Amino acid sequence: MMLAENVVELSIASQLEFIDLVTTLTDNITGMVGFDEEAAYWINMAVRESVANAVEHGNKYDTQKTVDIRFTIGTDALRVSIRDYGEGFDPSSLPDPLDPNNILNPAGRGILYMRTFMDSVEYERHPEGGMLVTMSKRRAPKPLDEGDHKHDAVGN
Amino acid sequence: MLLEIRERRVGDVVILDLIGKITIGEGSVQLRDSVSRLLDQGSNRIILNLGGVTYVDSSGIGELVSRYTTTKNTGGRLKLLSLPKKIKDLLMITKLLTVFEIYEDEQVALESF
Repeated sequence: MMLAENVVELSIASQLEFIDLVTTLTDNITGMVGFDEEAAYWINMAVRESVANAVEHGNKYDTQKTVDIRFTIGTDALRVSIRDYGEGFDPSSLPDPLDPNNILNPAGRGILYMRTFMDSVEYERHPEGGMLVTMSKRRAPKPLDEGDHKHDAVGN
Repeated sequence: MLLEIRERRVGDVVILDLIGKITIGEGSVQLRDSVSRLLDQGSNRIILNLGGVTYVDSSGIGELVSRYTTTKNTGGRLKLLSLPKKIKDLLMITKLLTVFEIYEDEQVALESF
């Protein structure tokens, strides 16, 4: 498959054991792009939450179904999309974890964390089935004296 | 093993020193099993020492909440010790910081029971 410039793709079977592979790749990419340690940590967590949701709630641990992750390294932002092959859901129908009645719920905080740590998180039903989550995190602007921005996309 | 759990007893209080990750799957399950075992034994004064925890995800936060609730339901108390800043951030975002009793000093935590 031909990939556009500055795109990295990875597909995993729906197993929790593979989440660390995705977050390791995430760390490599955020390091390459130049996110600071704090931002990289939270991007890692947002990706972990999204992939875990795709494995658990989307594909329901069906190892015949993959979770597809795509990193797009833009000059302005890092975009991460995560697709599962489940039945899909309406994110607005989920209980608010900050509602006092839900504070002690054992689950339901992952999407709140994703929305907190990323600049945008969008959910859509994929036309061919499953959910597609697209998250983005703006790259910190480089100081003006750092020179040629043509090379920003890969951080060198 | 993602999470190492070392158990210490000081009087009738059990301190679980947690080292590693509390994440979906193994780490969360290990924590659940350890606390359940203590409650089965009748030990319901528990301190979770999180000083050695390097990573917690939403599943891990959920597990802390579950163990807190389960312990409270037996008439006991579960308290947190030495929270790394990032775990504190995660608890604050989800308004859980005031739910837990959190201590920086082990002796103070022990004397609070």
